[in-house]
Amino acid sequence: MARYTGFHRPNRPLAAYAALFAVFLYLPILFIPIFSFNSGIYVKFPLEGFTLDWYADLFHREPLKQAFYNSVKVAAVVSLLSTIVAVPAALAIARYRMPGKAPAVSFIMLPLVLPGLIMGVALLGLLHRMGVTLSLITVTMGHMVVCLPYAISVLLPRFIGFNRSLEEASADLGEPPLQTFWRVTLPCNIPGIVACLLMTFTISFDEFFMAFFLSGTQSTLPMYIWGQLRFPSDFPSLLALSTLILVFSFALIFTSLRLGRIGQSVRGDSA
Amino acid sequence: MTLADNRSAALAQPRARALTRFLHRHEGWRGYLLMAPALVLMAAAILFPLGMTLVMSTWSLSGYDTVTAPSFGNYTAMIDHPMFRVLIGRSLEVALTCTFFTVLLCYPMAYYVAFHAHRHKALWLIVMTLPFWTSYLLRVFAWKVVLGYEGVLNTALMGLGIVREPVAALLYSQTAVTLVLAHSWAAFAILPIYVSLEKIDRTYLEAAADLGDSPARAFWRITFPLSLPGVVAAFIMMFVPTVGEYITPAMVGGPDGMLIGNLIQAMFGPMNNWPAGAALSVVMMLTIGLAGLAFLLLNRLVQR
Repeated sequence: MARYTGFHRPNRPLAAYAALFAVFLYLPILFIPIFSFNSGIYVKFPLEGFTLDWYADLFHREPLKQAFYNSVKVAAVVSLLSTIVAVPAALAIARYRMPGKAPAVSFIMLPLVLPGLIMGVALLGLLHRMGVTLSLITVTMGHMVVCLPYAISVLLPRFIGFNRSLEEASADLGEPPLQTFWRVTLPCNIPGIVACLLMTFTISFDEFFMAFFLSGTQSTLPMYIWGQLRFPSDFPSLLALSTLILVFSFALIFTSLRLGRIGQSVRGDSA
Repeated sequence: MTLADNRSAALAQPRARALTRFLHRHEGWRGYLLMAPALVLMAAAILFPLGMTLVMSTWSLSGYDTVTAPSFGNYTAMIDHPMFRVLIGRSLEVALTCTFFTVLLCYPMAYYVAFHAHRHKALWLIVMTLPFWTSYLLRVFAWKVVLGYEGVLNTALMGLGIVREPVAALLYSQTAVTLVLAHSWAAFAILPIYVSLEKIDRTYLEAAADLGDSPARAFWRITFPLSLPGVVAAFIMMFVPTVGEYITPAMVGGPDGMLIGNLIQAMFGPMNNWPAGAALSVVMMLTIGLAGLAFLLLNRLVQR
């Protein structure tokens, strides 16, 4: 049989375009770490000298530490809670035939197509009317709404591809459904669940809109950065802080995406 | 006492068993039970707030007091006042331009990953989406560093002798907003296009080649039409966040780049006119809804 070779043959212009595209995607972000080690106060070429002062400066900022702890606290709770809510929901979507499933799923995925700004002000209006004081708890609630669709979309492909025969074996051997879930479904899907935890943690840690509108007096890290952006003299320290956050987020997300792939390859082998 | 307890326990057990049996038989109910926490959370955090916004948009301000008597004053003000029209128009213009160019530029990229990345496909996907998952605020901040008056780009251009003085137009303009938005949301455009390209049955292309189509013709007659649903999805996914944008215009937009999102934020913040802000939010949601509907209809037409 004559094989169509269009996509087997390397396409050099297209490969060059892809490389250029990747450079455009990463170049602006790359300037943040570069200038965080620059000893000059102004963010401009030519670079002056190497320094770690801007990093050292971060440790003397009390509000920054507080904002960091707040962000970690919120992100930890959000990732745990949204994963706990997302696992049964994703299982149901992956497995069960339900009347009205498609609209229900679209409804859960709605935050993906609603601007964060709209969700932020809408929640603010409601909470204000109900007389709820804004705090880290309201931020946590807002972040859960933002994270849940992502959590479900991370878990869903893993659950759909999961080999059901293991569960059937467990059921045949007399385990009740809940036991089967704890002893088979959950352990077999650990990579997907860890991927989900890492991703929701990062999204919450970096989220801006909900924190902007729903945090009271306690600010999260993105809020702190937003506040400091008004002072040009703080720019170098912000670059140092941003570098740390970027490295941290990239590591978490990279792990999360790789874990997803491990799950896939295991599935591929068993299939 | 103990007798009653025993009896209720004895009664409860068959009831629990009946429930288990009921759930065992009715798959739909079982599914909804599992989805219940997620559905309740979304209803509480999406439906109620949006309903509240709708109600609030009919309120008005009298001095510092909120008047809850319903009226359409906020909406008529939007028609009367040119500022609203200008901002809404500009938001649409920025969102549509940005969406159009991003989808156009992302298509070849998605095509490359789907058809030419081969063994490195997973790596390329991570490379394409990684920045998207990290702090949006920091990515915009990076652009501020690059585009600033005495920023990276200007000082580099001056150092290379291409320009004598810093180019002021780079930052604080509508163009800057469009560029930064395109960069920020590119992953939203790549992924749907990639998915639709990936789904295409490669044997169609082989058949086309067997029957004598050149690769270019095969692309326009098979690959492109089959990938259109992904293109439409990419349009929607890009349009929604860009039309509701607030951070980017605030950071790199300047007065000329201000969008409707900034006005909504100002209404809920410094201007302290929540009803007007709510009305603007409703208009923005309607715009997004209409755009989504238009794209969906387009999708239907395309697939016919």
